[in-house]
Amino acid sequence: MDIPYTVQPRPDTGVYNAKVGMWLFLASEVMLFGGLFSSYILLRVAAAPGTWPTGWLSVPLGTINTLILALSAVTTLLAWAACKASMFDRYKLFMGLTLVLALVFISIKGYEYSDKFRHYEVVLTDGRIADGHLVARNDKEVVLKGRYVQNHAQLMNGRDPHAKGHEEIRIETAQIKKIGNYAPAHNTFTAIYFVLTGLHGLHVLGGMVVFAYLWGPGSRMWKMEPDRFTNRVEVAGLFWHFVDLVWIFLFPVLYLT
Amino acid sequence: MSDSQSDAFKTYARKCGIVFGAVACVTLVMVATAYAPIQNRAVAIGLVLGAASVNAVLVASYLMHLISEKRTIYTVLVFTAIFFVGLMGLSIWATNDVPAVMGR
Repeated sequence: MDIPYTVQPRPDTGVYNAKVGMWLFLASEVMLFGGLFSSYILLRVAAAPGTWPTGWLSVPLGTINTLILALSAVTTLLAWAACKASMFDRYKLFMGLTLVLALVFISIKGYEYSDKFRHYEVVLTDGRIADGHLVARNDKEVVLKGRYVQNHAQLMNGRDPHAKGHEEIRIETAQIKKIGNYAPAHNTFTAIYFVLTGLHGLHVLGGMVVFAYLWGPGSRMWKMEPDRFTNRVEVAGLFWHFVDLVWIFLFPVLYLT
Repeated sequence: MSDSQSDAFKTYARKCGIVFGAVACVTLVMVATAYAPIQNRAVAIGLVLGAASVNAVLVASYLMHLISEKRTIYTVLVFTAIFFVGLMGLSIWATNDVPAVMGR
């Protein structure tokens, strides 16, 4: 049985079915991310003055990732255009490039995540707070590379020139009142940061799986049904552009403001 | 593959390159704005989000081909926009409901 309107446009909509389906799916995705951005707004405006962190994330890494994702959006489009022009070798090249760029994006995000999980805040029994990256931890002591602050307010501005201390701090276990890393449970900011970027990262991974299929085993369709294959590439590309669009707003909201 | 197809691909690739260049420039402007010494925080955030919106329009218009799409797609997007604006509107209106004890 043939599935109708996989290549030819449907008379009443003017487009092939998969494209309408993808746009409807993207509409639901807009509402999904919209709900999370809405949560972000509410959490941020409800935060007490001086308690919402700024500058906790690496702007250079975020900028590089923005450019990488924008470039991958272009290579996806060029892969589709190559199919339209019957240049299958170029399709393979540009789709392969898209996959590599997506992998670089995910790797940078993974590095940023691991950096946050290695970043610790230790509240001492004398009231001071030690903040920095974990060097070593055993039964007797915790070793951090960072700095001491007197209160949480001093930790909120990551752009403060004194924010990145590099002294080695040795803390005896008996002096520790509370210890925790910058995981989602650390505070409201890290919670919404990991939720937003984690969901976006899952979309990137999902896109990579589809692209890997279209680059590898799925590309066999090109020989039998080139027009249908081209439409598959276009629809997958639409999804990828949406993933890029979401990041275009995530970057300034989380990294710059 | 004919010569005309190859030429069409090259023309399209050039157009994509221009769009990427524009997106990259706006991104750098956005980062520079975030570091600019703007005293009014609301203005600074507005400028950064304005630059992000320019990037979003570039991607949606040229890379997603929304500049020349069919009526069906526009209809879907108009309804999405209405619901999205409603969702964000509810969020903004709800900010007035945050109890004073939470620090507003």
